[in-house]
This record gives sequence, structure tokens and C-alpha cells, in this order.
Amino acid sequence: MTGELIGTYAIAACLLIGGAFALIGSIGLLRFDDSMTRLHAPTKVGTIGIGALLLASMLHSWVFAEGSLHELLIMAFLFVTAPISANFIAKVNIHRRACDTPPTPPRDDTWSTLNVPESDRDLPENS
Amino acid sequence: MSDAITLMDWAFLAAFVMVALAQVLCMIRLVIGPSVGDRILALDTMVVNALGLIVLLGIAQGTRIYFEVTLIIAMLGFVSTVALARFVLRGDIIE
Repeated sequence: MTGELIGTYAIAACLLIGGAFALIGSIGLLRFDDSMTRLHAPTKVGTIGIGALLLASMLHSWVFAEGSLHELLIMAFLFVTAPISANFIAKVNIHRRACDTPPTPPRDDTWSTLNVPESDRDLPENS
Repeated sequence: MSDAITLMDWAFLAAFVMVALAQVLCMIRLVIGPSVGDRILALDTMVVNALGLIVLLGIAQGTRIYFEVTLIIAMLGFVSTVALARFVLRGDIIE
């Protein structure tokens, strides 16, 4: 009985935390004023927001049913793929010059995503 | 115990409202987003918020069917984000 009570309060807390982080991350996505800065806010949605909601789902299944740990799979998948997609979006920002171009890497002329091949230099869209 | 159940029901309602509002805010960024990167980022965040909504639906209805749905949408979201970014970067998805 006491375990069920604590579990129910924990579910409510996890739901509120998850919803609040999802909302805060999306407000950040809307309010930040630079493409690279905007990458920062939605990471909160992907980690704590979804993580707390899935934790609430797991707790709910343990308190009210026979219990399961399947949700850990989704959590692990999201945590592994979030940095990869963030890296790709940052590369898109550099490529489209939507941000200040970072200083060129040592021992090289330019970033590879900005490097136009020799034969394409005279095309109008690359000048 | 009934107090705790009432609190949990209110927390459900609040979480549904907050995640749905987050979805709408991402939609605004998707429409106004000045560059392609912002639009891809907004779509990625919308997929994650949709996952949250599906998880909430699964808890509220007490079924285990939504687990597979969530997993498949998570994979599709990642693959589509990478495909979009790759198309912008290289002009092609699979070279």
C-alpha cells in the first residue's frame, strides 16, 4: 500500500517534469536568436523530457500492472542517436553559412563541407 | 490513495497540455525558421514531442501496444533527420 502510494506520487512527478522539459525545450527553440544557439534547447526535450515520460510509463506499469522494462530500449535509442542528428544539423548550418563560420582547422585551408571542388569553382552558384 | 490518484490524473492532463503546446511552438519555428537547418531541427523536435504524446497515450489507456509504435517512430525520425541533412549537405542521400 505504501509502495503504491509512493509510486503514484513518483508517476505524477515524472509526468510533470517530462511535460515541463518538453515545453521549455520548445520555448527555447522558438526564442533563441541564432541557428547554432537553437541547437541547444531541443536537446532537453530529447533527454530529460522523453526520459521522464518513459520513466513514468515504466513506473505506471510496475505500480498498476505486472511491470516492464521495454521503455529502456526507446530511451537508449534516443540517447544514442540525439548527438548524431545534432552533429548533422550543425554541419548543415555551417554548409549553408547560417552561422558565423568557425575558424579554419589547423593544417588545412577550409572546412570540408565548405570546400568547393576545383572544377566547380566557376559555376555561378559557387562564386 | 485516492488523493494520489487524483494528483496523477491532473498530472496526466497537465503533461498532455504541455507536450501539445510544445508541439505547436515547434510548428511555429518550422513555419518561420529562417534557414534549412532550423526547419530540420524543428522537425526533429516535433518527432520527439510526438513520441512523448504517444507514450502519454499509452499510459493513459493502460495498453502495451504503443511501445512498438514509439520505437518505430523513433527510428523513422532519426533516419529522416539524417536523410534531410544529408540531402542538404551533399545534394544526394545515397551516393
